[in-house]
Amino acid sequence: MLNTPKNEKLIEAKGLTKHYGDFVALAGIDFAVHKGESFGFLGPNGAGKSTTMRIIAATLTRTSGDICILGKDPAERGPEIRAHLGVVPQQDNLDQALSVTDNLYIYGRYFGLSKKFLRAKIEELLDFAQLTEKRDVKVETLSGGMKRRLTIARALISEPEILMLDEPTTGLDPQARHILWDRLFRLKEQGVTLLLTTHYMDEAEQLCDRLMVMDNGAIMAEDSPQGLIKKYSTKEVLEVRFGSEKNAGVSDQLKEMCERIEVLPDRILMYADDAEHVLEEIRKAGLHPVTSLVRRSSLEDVFLRLTGRSLVE
Amino acid sequence: MITSAAVAIAEARIGKTGESIYSGRARTILERSYLAFRSSTWIVVATGFLEPVLYLISFGFGVGKLIGNIEIAPGHSVSYAAFIAPALLATSAMNGAIYDATWNVFFKLKFDRVYQGMLATSLGPLDVALGEIGWALLRGLLYAIAFMSILGVGGLITTPWALLAIPCALLISFGFAAVGMAVTTYMKSFEQMNIINIVLLPMFLFSGSFYPLSIYPGWLQGFVKCLPLWHGVALIRSVSLGIFTTGLIPHILYFVVMIVGGLFFTTRRLTALFMR
Repeated sequence: MLNTPKNEKLIEAKGLTKHYGDFVALAGIDFAVHKGESFGFLGPNGAGKSTTMRIIAATLTRTSGDICILGKDPAERGPEIRAHLGVVPQQDNLDQALSVTDNLYIYGRYFGLSKKFLRAKIEELLDFAQLTEKRDVKVETLSGGMKRRLTIARALISEPEILMLDEPTTGLDPQARHILWDRLFRLKEQGVTLLLTTHYMDEAEQLCDRLMVMDNGAIMAEDSPQGLIKKYSTKEVLEVRFGSEKNAGVSDQLKEMCERIEVLPDRILMYADDAEHVLEEIRKAGLHPVTSLVRRSSLEDVFLRLTGRSLVE
Repeated sequence: MITSAAVAIAEARIGKTGESIYSGRARTILERSYLAFRSSTWIVVATGFLEPVLYLISFGFGVGKLIGNIEIAPGHSVSYAAFIAPALLATSAMNGAIYDATWNVFFKLKFDRVYQGMLATSLGPLDVALGEIGWALLRGLLYAIAFMSILGVGGLITTPWALLAIPCALLISFGFAAVGMAVTTYMKSFEQMNIINIVLLPMFLFSGSFYPLSIYPGWLQGFVKCLPLWHGVALIRSVSLGIFTTGLIPHILYFVVMIVGGLFFTTRRLTALFMR
C-alpha cells in the first residue's frame, strides 16, 4: 500500500456507449474510479447502471468509446480482468445444488485456486459472512440476507482488488441491510475498492465516497454525497401542507420567500438555507399551513431534482 | 502492485490459443457437477439406464422367440436379441448424454443462473461448454458400460472385439451431448424443450434398431442414414461383431462433426447470452 500513488486510476472510461438496436442504453459517459474509494452509480431503473457494471466486469461488450480496467481493455482481456474483480450480481446466482462451503470452494476452483489455499480462505470468509454455523446447509434454505452475504463472500474468494455490487441490499429487511453495510464498510477499511449501484439514498450516503447520478444512459452529476447536496440543493427544506385544494393557490405567494419551490399534489417543498425563517415569513403573511416540517436537505432531494419525479417503468 | 493468485493464474494464459474463450479449467466444471451429483439421488440416474434394458428383455428375449435369426451381412447371421443389443447400447449412450445435456442444462440456464456465475470468473465459455458436455458424456459412458455388463451376463457378447463398443459409445455420447447442449442453449421454454423428446423417440424406433433398414423403400433408407443414431447403431453393430471395414469411417466422422459443431455453437451461444 505504501508505494501506490493515492490517485491511481483503476478504471477509466471515455465516451462509453452501448446500443441495443435503436435503443441507447449508454449515451457516451466518462468516469474514473480511484484505488481504495467506494464509488456509487445512482439512478432510476433503466438509467444504465447495470449496463455500465457489466461492461466493467467484462461480461458485456461496449458499442463504442474506451474503457480501461487496471490498464486492460475488457473486450480483449476478459478472463484476466475478471480475475481482478469480485462480482455480486443483482439477482443471486448461488449454486442451488451445493452447500454453503461448496459454493465458496467451487468458485475458487473456477479461478484456478489450489485446494490448500481455499481451505484456509473458506474459513476466513465463513467467519466474515457470519455463516460458520450454516457451513454445511444447502443454499436454498438460507434467508435473503444470508444468501447475499454468501454471494459477497464468494466474490471475495479470489482476493479481488475491486468488488462490484449491483443493488446489494434490494429486497432485504432493515436488520439484514445494516449487517451488510457493516461488512462492506470493513472491506472498505481494508482498502478494497467498492463499486456499487443502488437506488437507495441512505445506502449511497452510508457507503459511497463519490457518486455518479445517472439517468437515461447519461451522467447527470458526479461528486461526494455532501458535495451533491451543496451543489444541487439548499441546506434545508421546509415542507408545508395547506390541503390538496389550496396548495396550488398559495404557491405564487410562497415562491418569493425561498430559493426554489416545488408544488406536489399533497404538499409544497420550499428550499432555503434557513427554513425556520421561511416558516416565520409564511405566518407573518397570514398563511396558516395545516402541517409544517423543517428538515435538512438530503440526497433524495438531489436525486429527484436531477432525475425528475415522474415514474419510469 | 501485489497480484493475487487468481490474477497470476489468469495472466499465465496470456498468448495461448483461444485465451479469451478458454482458460484450460474445464475440469473445474466437472468438479462442480461431481459435488452436485454427490447429494443427488441415484434413482434418477438408474431410471435412465433401465429403459434400454427393458427393451432388451421384452423385444430381444420376448419378441425374439418368434423371429429367429437375422442376417446382417452376407454370411453373418445372429439371434434377434444379439441384433438389437448393439442398437440398444448406442441408445443407452445417447440417452445418458442427452439427459444431462438438455434438461439439466436448461434448468441451469433458465432458473439457477449457474452459467452466469461461472462466467463472472476468469473461466471462458469454452471451459463451461467442455465441462458440461464432458459431464453429460460421462453419464452416457456409464450407461453404456452398465448395459455392456448386462449383455455379458445375458450371453450376448460373442467376441472380445465387442469391448471396442465402449470407446464407440463414448464417441456417440460425446456427439449427442455436444449437439444436445448446443440445441438447449437456443431453447426458450418447456414447450420447445419437449420438441427434443419428440425427435428422439421416433429416431430410436426407426433408425434400424429393431429391424434392418432394407425393409424401407430406398428414399426412406436414405433419410434414416442421415440421422445420427443410425450411424451410432451401425458403428456399434459392426464393431461388436468384429466386422471392420472402411465403411466405419463415415460413422466416426459423423460424430466428430457433431462434437466439433456442438462445442462451437455452445461456446458461441454462451458468449451471446452472458458476455455480449
